[in-house]
Amino acid sequence: MPRARVLIRPKEGILDPQGKAVERALPALGFDGIERVHVGRMVELEAEDPERLAELCEKLLANPLIEDYEIQTL
Amino acid sequence: MTTETAKHRELGLTDSEFALIVEKMGREPNVVELAMFSLLWSEHCAYKHSRKLLKQLPTEGERVVMGPGENAGAVDVGNGYAVAFKVESHNHPSAVEPFQGAATGVGGILRDVIALGARPIAILDSLRFGELDSVRSRHLLDGAVRGIGHYGNSIGVPNVGGEIYFEAPYEHNCLVNAMCVGLAKTEDMVRAAAAGVGNAVVLMGALTGRDGIGGASVLASAELGEGDEAKRPTVQIGDPFEESKVLECCLELLEKGLLVSLQDLGAAGLTSSAAEMASAGGLGIDIDVARVPLREADMEPFEIMVSESQERMLAVVEPARVAEVLAVCEKWQTGSAEIGTVTDNGQVRILRGEEVVGDMPVAALVDGCPLYDLEPGEPAGWIYGNRATLAAGISAEDELLALLAAPSIASKRWAFEQYDSVVGSRTVRRPESADAAVLQLPESGNAIAVAIDGNGRRVACDPQAGTIEAVLECAQNLACVGAEPLGLTNCLNFGNPEKPATAWQLDQAVSALAETCTAIGVPVVGGNVSLYNEGPEGPIYPTPVVGMVGELPDPTQVAGSAFAKEGDAIALIGPFSPTFAGSELAKQRGALDKGLPRPDVAAVAAACAIVRDAVRAGRLASAHDVSDGGLACALAECAIGSGLGCRVDVQPLRDRGCSPEDALFGEGSGGFLVSGERAELEALGGVLLGEVGGTKIEIAAGDRSLVVGLGTAESAWRSLDERLDSPV
Amino acid sequence: MIWGVLQFPGSCDERDALHACSRLGEARLVWHEERDLSGVDAVVVPGGFSYGDYLRAGAIARFSPAMEAVAEMAAAGAPVLGICNGFQVLCEAGLLPGALLLNESMRFTCRQVDLIAARDALTTPEGGQVNERRDQEGERLSIPAKHGEGRYWAPEEVLDALEANGQVAYRYAPGQNPNGSARDIAGVRNEAGNVVGLMPHPEHAVDPLTGSTDGLRVFEAVAAAGAPA
Repeated sequence: MPRARVLIRPKEGILDPQGKAVERALPALGFDGIERVHVGRMVELEAEDPERLAELCEKLLANPLIEDYEIQTL
Repeated sequence: MTTETAKHRELGLTDSEFALIVEKMGREPNVVELAMFSLLWSEHCAYKHSRKLLKQLPTEGERVVMGPGENAGAVDVGNGYAVAFKVESHNHPSAVEPFQGAATGVGGILRDVIALGARPIAILDSLRFGELDSVRSRHLLDGAVRGIGHYGNSIGVPNVGGEIYFEAPYEHNCLVNAMCVGLAKTEDMVRAAAAGVGNAVVLMGALTGRDGIGGASVLASAELGEGDEAKRPTVQIGDPFEESKVLECCLELLEKGLLVSLQDLGAAGLTSSAAEMASAGGLGIDIDVARVPLREADMEPFEIMVSESQERMLAVVEPARVAEVLAVCEKWQTGSAEIGTVTDNGQVRILRGEEVVGDMPVAALVDGCPLYDLEPGEPAGWIYGNRATLAAGISAEDELLALLAAPSIASKRWAFEQYDSVVGSRTVRRPESADAAVLQLPESGNAIAVAIDGNGRRVACDPQAGTIEAVLECAQNLACVGAEPLGLTNCLNFGNPEKPATAWQLDQAVSALAETCTAIGVPVVGGNVSLYNEGPEGPIYPTPVVGMVGELPDPTQVAGSAFAKEGDAIALIGPFSPTFAGSELAKQRGALDKGLPRPDVAAVAAACAIVRDAVRAGRLASAHDVSDGGLACALAECAIGSGLGCRVDVQPLRDRGCSPEDALFGEGSGGFLVSGERAELEALGGVLLGEVGGTKIEIAAGDRSLVVGLGTAESAWRSLDERLDSPV
Repeated sequence: MIWGVLQFPGSCDERDALHACSRLGEARLVWHEERDLSGVDAVVVPGGFSYGDYLRAGAIARFSPAMEAVAEMAAAGAPVLGICNGFQVLCEAGLLPGALLLNESMRFTCRQVDLIAARDALTTPEGGQVNERRDQEGERLSIPAKHGEGRYWAPEEVLDALEANGQVAYRYAPGQNPNGSARDIAGVRNEAGNVVGLMPHPEHAVDPLTGSTDGLRVFEAVAAAGAPA
């Protein structure tokens, strides 16, 4: 069955405290020059009918009000 | 020596233990059998170095419903109800992966209580880490608190109390002790013993994967060395959602009378639960690993038997009722499978379909492990070192503020606000509002109080006196809310018992525990031992942690710890005679040493009774046990909690022979700081110290008198809020 | 009035909500697989961690048969109260605007907070709907909040509309916002006013023994707000 990967990330402009915390912690660990960190989710699945993936994302995997998603077919 | 034979050493068995296994089996064990023996004969499961000592503990009493040997202890709280409770450690896993280690510690203790057929109604935790200026200790604290919160909050059991201490000897080996309290109708409680030859054995809950293979047991039977990073894969991952489904499922099954017996799967997974169920019932058991629902398809039989995948329970069910059991599991969306049978041949047989892959005598597995005598050797002096953080010659005010800000004394609000303390609608006293947690039992018409108290540094100064103090502290905390102790659970956290100093500490502590519990009439209904808590720098402080449950008749008559109103008199009840030795002040001055005065158990017990009865009768406006930081800190805590100051004179303590400094900051058992009507306090035999009022904490103490503003004291006491939100 | 309190795998505060509702009428638990809620007049979607908060809090619970029935009841004007996880479920189901995000502190926080109710959010002591109140602010309620993902968020234009329409039912009192919610919003209601969601837990403020009793005011308001289905 065709495999797909869905990346879900917080919409631009919404406070992302996890992303901020990661970004702030990096210099102390010796990583400079890293900005605009965002933390999201990844869902991997096998789908008989890849045409329905967008609907699945809209309805369940992401909350379109606060998240953007990207479907990658593997 | 072939490679095959040397394998037992890798699994933690000595050559003579291996020889004993061969003798009991009449042949050499195969891979499955060796794995199972190595786990059940590990220190963690077999209590090889402590079992003989623990026999001293008093375990009987007229209120005891379940004693040691069952999944948890239980006491009768009246009206047909029983309260189940136990404390357990998850020290080694938490030192390696604090979030999951602490979370699965909570998960495990919850299952122990569920296994009795009790619904968990409260969690408490006792945590110990190195000092807060260490990145490692901050990381462990952070992870452990998040893990405990995550698991307890998700499953909907309130965390109502606990303690957190910071001492250098715990730097490498943190302590995470989790306690659970549950409620059940006494007649509905269920035991672990397998019964009924021919009955089915049903596994419920999560799938079995490779979690913690060789995990808890191996980690706990050896000191943590340089290579402990490699032990990370053996840490278990917890899923509280799965546990909540298993919990509801088990309670429904018990309500419907569908289970003969129930056991949870903890350390050593199926191996220990199956063997222990068989042993308790004096029977045998067959387990077919081919029928165990697996997360990973290619697991070998020994892996399936030693897996420590979480959130699983084992039940014995009459064959005719298996279908109903599976149906209830289906309703709760939790896994279930019939995996074995109860037999009458006294053997634990592991099958893979038709093939027998392991066949061992139950008795050899569960009771055959040799028990070792300790070889105690009292150390000549103080073995833990000292580190001064407070200059000499500072003012008494500055000393008080330094003590209030000490991480071991300061408010732990940062931690307990990460825990849901109200779910279940039973919590009458939330964390830091009284000396013990109080939970109402509307179904029974009364209430219970719970406290957990450990003692490391003072037990290190004097294992006997320190252990006595730990038990009395718990009893005092219960008395402050009007509760009478019904039973006790304990976790003994010590270093390597094969070393003479630790052996001596353990020996002294257990005998003191036994003596004190007997003297105050509180039976030990269960507990846990965690040994080998030792790193390259040496052992932890010897740390007995005590959990007590008490009963009180009327939850509307519960004193808080803070002062109540302006003008109330303040008094001291009890034989409190504090000294500098082993105190937080001594620690900060770098002056810790051997030796503590021995508490007068009878006198403290008498004071507990007075305070308890007075609280029940509503004769006290507030009651607070004096502990870390001494009387001055206790007064400050009462003042801060109320927003009211106090004017006090410690002359009565000086009359008992205390120096001004000991009167202010000395520590020891038997001090109750109470407030209320002057005439009432005098009638109770309280020694008047002063009164509530003003906006300052004013203590007259000869040349150590002090005056500190309430706001200043509160800032010091609440300093952890900000400190723990900032980098190290 | 018959209250129905939904129960999902992972719900935690449903029994507490049940006891709270029982003080005001008859109440029963509604298993998430029940599709027929006839006989239930008012619905409470309780707090907890339905489905472990997996994927997103409330994301899976909103698809249950019981929630389909709740959506129908809501459309017909029945009173629906979502508490904490229940508020999250109602937002995911589109029955309330906005979303609940991770607390700004990124920590679960359990703390008693003061809420200011909207001026007409609560009923008079006699039980009637209130349109005018003597005081400028609404009533101040002391209620425990306990959550890790309670930061209310909606696009600016939605927030403006909510405020203009009087749909902000509860706000955290100044200095009491525990999670960084936009405009200190603790609870909102739909345009018709029969569906209310809030993050703090009124069911844990109904018994003087365990805290304040201000939570009862929230349940009373819900009961008065909708026309029974």
